[in-house]
Amino acid sequence: MDASRTGDNFVVFEKVQKSYDGETLVVKDLNLSIAKGEFLTMLGPSGSGKTTCLMMLAGFETATHGEILLDGKPINNIPPHKRGIGMVFQNYALFPHMTVAENLVFPLEVRKIGKAEREEKVQRALGMVQMGEFGGRRPAQLSGGQQQRIALARALVFEPELVLMDEPLGALDKQLREHMQFEITNLAHELGITTVYVTHDQTEALTMSDRVAVFDDGRIQQLAAPDVLYEEPENSFVAQFIGENNTLLGKVESIRDGHCTVSLDSGETIDAKAVNVSSVGERTLVSIRPERVECNKNRLMEGAHTLKAEVLECIYMGDVFRTRLRVAGKDDFVVKTRNAPDQARLEAGKVVELGWLPDDCRALDA
Amino acid sequence: MTATDSPVLTADGTPLKASLRRALRREKARAFLLVSPLLLFVLMTFIAPIADMLFRSVENGIVHDTIPRTVQALRNWDPGESEVPGDDVFEAFYTDMVFAVERKSHTRLGSRLNYERTGLASLFRKSGRRVGTFDTKDYADAFNMLDPAWNDPATWDMLAESEAASLPHTASAYATWLGVVLADGGDPLEEEPWDVLYAALYSDLMQAPAGGFENPLLDDAQSAATGFEPVSLREQFGAIDEDWLDPQVWRTIQTYAARYTPGYFLNSVDLKLTADGVQYRDEGDRIYILLFGRTLYMSLVITISCILLGYPVAFLLANLPLRTANILMILVLLPFWTSLLVRTSSWKVLLQQQGVINDILVALRIVDDASRLVLINNQTGTIIAMTHILLPFMILPLYSVMKTIPPAYVRAAKSLGATDWTAFWRVYFPNSVPGIGAGSVLVFILAIGYYITPELVGGTRGVFISNRIAYHISSSLNWGLAAALGTILLFAVLILYWTYDKIVGIDNVKLGG
Repeated sequence: MDASRTGDNFVVFEKVQKSYDGETLVVKDLNLSIAKGEFLTMLGPSGSGKTTCLMMLAGFETATHGEILLDGKPINNIPPHKRGIGMVFQNYALFPHMTVAENLVFPLEVRKIGKAEREEKVQRALGMVQMGEFGGRRPAQLSGGQQQRIALARALVFEPELVLMDEPLGALDKQLREHMQFEITNLAHELGITTVYVTHDQTEALTMSDRVAVFDDGRIQQLAAPDVLYEEPENSFVAQFIGENNTLLGKVESIRDGHCTVSLDSGETIDAKAVNVSSVGERTLVSIRPERVECNKNRLMEGAHTLKAEVLECIYMGDVFRTRLRVAGKDDFVVKTRNAPDQARLEAGKVVELGWLPDDCRALDA
Repeated sequence: MTATDSPVLTADGTPLKASLRRALRREKARAFLLVSPLLLFVLMTFIAPIADMLFRSVENGIVHDTIPRTVQALRNWDPGESEVPGDDVFEAFYTDMVFAVERKSHTRLGSRLNYERTGLASLFRKSGRRVGTFDTKDYADAFNMLDPAWNDPATWDMLAESEAASLPHTASAYATWLGVVLADGGDPLEEEPWDVLYAALYSDLMQAPAGGFENPLLDDAQSAATGFEPVSLREQFGAIDEDWLDPQVWRTIQTYAARYTPGYFLNSVDLKLTADGVQYRDEGDRIYILLFGRTLYMSLVITISCILLGYPVAFLLANLPLRTANILMILVLLPFWTSLLVRTSSWKVLLQQQGVINDILVALRIVDDASRLVLINNQTGTIIAMTHILLPFMILPLYSVMKTIPPAYVRAAKSLGATDWTAFWRVYFPNSVPGIGAGSVLVFILAIGYYITPELVGGTRGVFISNRIAYHISSSLNWGLAAALGTILLFAVLILYWTYDKIVGIDNVKLGG
C-alpha cells in the first residue's frame, strides 16, 4: 500500500492496550493504520491478541488504554450497533430461527429501510454470493460453505464500509476454503470495502491480503505485504511462523554494508544479510527458505555460498521433492527441489554440496 | 440399489435381512434383559394402578352383586311410573336385604347409592336393622304348623334340588341361605330356616298354578297358603321408612343397577345420571367444574409467574462466568434439599396475618395494622408458595437451553445494527423458547396435580382438584368418583401435551444439550 494515499487512516489503533484481569496485558501497545479499501489480515497463533483486537474494533471489548479511530472519529464509546461495521463470525452465527432471507433482512429492518428497498438489497446480496435461490431455506438446511456465503452476504447487505471477519473459513474443508478465499478477496476488492480478517492460517493470510499483521505476544511482530513478509521477515518469529524455514544458530563475527559474517555453532562461517543484528558478537539465528537452497552443482549461481550436507531422506511430494539433510550439525535442514527432468532424486546417505546466495540468508535475532 | 427385485443375499446365500436380524437378536435380548427389572417395576407400580384407576372410574358391580334379585325384578319396572314398583320387586328386595344384612354389605351399598341420592345410606342402615323382624314370621309359623317338616332344613334342601323349576324364588333364596350359613361356620342341617325362605316359598306357591305340584307336601302347602293372611312387604318397608314408598328411590337403584356406569364421570363434571337421562346437578352441588377450572387457571398463573421470575435468573446463570454461576446454581437448587413440608410450613409463618411479611409491611407503615393483608388460606397463598416450590423446574431447563445459545448470536445481531433490546427480543429470546416450553410443560403438569401445598396454604378457596381427589380417596371413600376425577385430570394433561406438541412441537422442547 502506498503510504501517501488519501484515506490512508480509515481505521487507526493508537497505543491500544487491553487487559482482562488487570495483571497481564493481552494486547500491548498496538499501533496500526488501515487504509480505506485495504484487505488487512491479522495473523498469529492463538492467544496472540489478534481476536481481541478485532473485538475491540467491533465494540464487543473495550480498550483498557488508547484510542481506536474509525474514519477519523474515536469509537471507544460508541456501542457496537452504532458503529456500522459488518462482521462475519467464526461459526457464522446465522440466526437458526430465521430463514436465509430473514437473516439478511434483519440488519435492514433494524435500520428501518423501506420494504421494497429491503428486498432489492437482499436479492442483490444473495446474488453476490450466488445464493439467490436459497432465500427460503433455514440455515440448518445449508452446507457449511453455503452458510459461510450467507454469513458473508449478511455482513455486506447493509453496505458497511468496514467488514470484520473472525476466522470465517475455519470450519470448511481445504478445497472449499481455497475457493472461498478467492471469492472473499474478489468480493472485497469489487465492492471496495475495507476488510480486517483474522486467521491463524498463514496460507490464507498470504493469499488473501494486501497487508498482513503478524501478531505474537500481544504485539505486531511485522506488518507488511505478503511477499515482503515471506521474503524479508524482520525477526525470527515471523520467519518461523510464515512458511517453512531452515534455521542455523551462530554468532555475528563482523557487519559491513548490511551484510554480516556469522560463525555457526558447528564451526563453519557463512555470509548473511544483516536484518536484525546490531553488534558484533551477538547471537543470531540465520534463516534460509528451503526453496532458495540449490543442491544441483551445475545450477549454483554466481557468488553462492556452499556447505557440505548429508542426505537423510527424500520425500516425493509430486510437484516437489522435499529432502532432509544434515547441515552444520543439524539434521532438520530441508531443501525443496522442483520435480524437473534435470533434477534427480537424492539418495539417502549421499553427501552433496548445498549452496545459496548470501542475500537469501537472513541473520535475525536469536 | 440392485436392479432386480430379488432380496440381497450375503456371501453364503442367506438373505441379508435375515442375517442382520440374527446378528441383532442377541443385542436386543441383552438390552431387554437390562431394562426388564425396571419394566417390571413400572408395570407393577405404575401401569397396573393406573389401569385399575381407569377401571374403577366406571366399575359399578356393587349394586348388582348386593341386590341381584331386586336388579332383576326392577328390569320390568317402567321408571316413568309415578307408583312404586310392584310386590315382586319388594319381595326380591326383601330377600336380597336379609342376606345383605347378614353379609353386612347393605351399608356399603347404601353408601354407594348415597353418592347419587342423599339419604340412602341412612335408609339402608335403618332398614338393615329392621328387616330381620318383618311380619314374614307369620308365614314361617303357619307353614311350620301345617307340617313340622318345614322346620327341617333337609326338606328345603331336597325341594331346592328337585323343584328348582317350579319354586324358582325358593331355590335361589335357599342357595344363598346355604352359602351364608356355611360362610358363618354353621351347619345348615342344624339351622332353623329363616323367615325369608318361607316368604319366598309363599310367593312361589301363590304364583304357581293351583295343584301343579307332584309333591304332596307342596300340594298341601299350596292349598293351605291360599288361606294365609298375606303380608305386604311393601307396607313392611314403608313402615320402616316412608322413603321406600318414594318411586325416586327405586329409580335411583334402577339407574345404577348396571355393572358399568358413566355416573362417576358425570358426577365429576357436575352432572348426574337420572332415570330421565343426564341432568345438571343442583346449583349448590356443582363444585367440580369450578375446581377443574380453578386448577387449570391457577396452574397457568403459577406457570406464568415461574416464567417471569425464572427467566431473568436463568439468563443471569447462563451468562455469568462458570464459578459465579455455580454458586448461584446452588442457591437455585437449595429448595430441592429442603423438605417440601418444611418449605410450605415456612410460607405459613411468612404469609399469615400476624406473620413476618405483614409485620414488616405494618412496621414500614405501608399497610395499616387494622387491614393486614390476607396472604394465606386463599388463592394468593397457593400461588405464592407453589411458584416458589416449582421455580427450579422452570429455571433448570431454561438454563440448560440458554447455555447452548452461542454468545455470537447476540453479538452478530448487535454488529448488524440491533440495539441491546432488539438483539435480545429478536434473536436471543426466540432461541430460548424451547427452554420456556420445556419448563412450562414441566411446571404446569406438576402444578395441575399438586396436592400438599394447596392443602396446607390454600384454605378452602385455594384448593385444587387433587385435594378433592384425596378427600374422596381417604375421607368419603368414594373411590369411583376419585378415579373418575383422576382420569379426567390425566386426560386433560395428555390433551394439553398433545396440543402443545401440535402448536410448538415436542421436539422443540429441550432439557439441555
